[in-house]
Amino acid sequence: MALIMIVMAFIAIYHKSLQVAVIASGIISLFASVIYIFLAAPDVAITEASIGSALTVVIFFYVLNKIRRIDDKK
Amino acid sequence: MIRNSILLLIIAGLAFIFYHELSAYHGNDGLNETANYYATKGLSEVGAANLVTSVVVTYRGLDTLGEVTILFLTAAILALMFKTSHSQKETQKRITSELLITASNVLLPVIFLVGIYIFINGHLTPGGGFQGGAVLASAMVLMLLSISGRKIKHAVLDFIEAISGIAFVLLGILGIFLAGGFLDNSIFSLGTFGELFSAGAIPVIYSFIGLKVGAELSNIILVLNQTQNVEK
Repeated sequence: MALIMIVMAFIAIYHKSLQVAVIASGIISLFASVIYIFLAAPDVAITEASIGSALTVVIFFYVLNKIRRIDDKK
Repeated sequence: MIRNSILLLIIAGLAFIFYHELSAYHGNDGLNETANYYATKGLSEVGAANLVTSVVVTYRGLDTLGEVTILFLTAAILALMFKTSHSQKETQKRITSELLITASNVLLPVIFLVGIYIFINGHLTPGGGFQGGAVLASAMVLMLLSISGRKIKHAVLDFIEAISGIAFVLLGILGIFLAGGFLDNSIFSLGTFGELFSAGAIPVIYSFIGLKVGAELSNIILVLNQTQNVEK
């Protein structure tokens, strides 16, 4: 699981497409929340799962969409 | 080339420094004094089955108030930056897939209920105001994705947020007069250990925190969603 997280981190940094990078960072949080459950920290796991892998990804996509619109106009 | 080698040198130097710090570090053998106090006295003083909650809400309640304030500031700044212009009201309707609509109709009430359960039972089971609020906000995301045309009033969210923020602070101030200090939870009776209405004011305070966090995060998402089609 940690290996997948490291691979996803490299994808998030080096991939050319920003959408793929955002999704990769979301997957990192998803696996991190599973690891938190194994480490007996369910409180942190709930937070990480809902904020890290749901809300931040959605916010990033909204912002990316907005930036692309402004770029298209120029 | 020269710049790269200088950078490499700096990184190597930092690694050297931090290696010394790391090798000198030894973990604690047991809990330190404060943690020991929380672990032994927390049960009898606060009466919450979830020890994390008793630390977050009662012992370090002031920090929680600060966190909620930071979140409120973030939401307010975002709303200020992305001002929705009311002159342009071209909301082109996205066609949402049948699958998403059906799934969200089934899932939405369940997710809302789970969020509310998490913050009401914050003193008994893992989780609490922040977690429940985040779950509520993710339900909001699903709602916005599936129902593209529907308008959600900012005023309702603002009202919920304001009321719960005021109630949180008032309960804290009530603690000064009726109990030991700011945000003391023993303004109500501690009740039977392990029941829903136990641990004094913790369930009430945590419910308000949950509502506040949920409203704030939903507000952030809503502002970003509504300014998607607005030209700058």
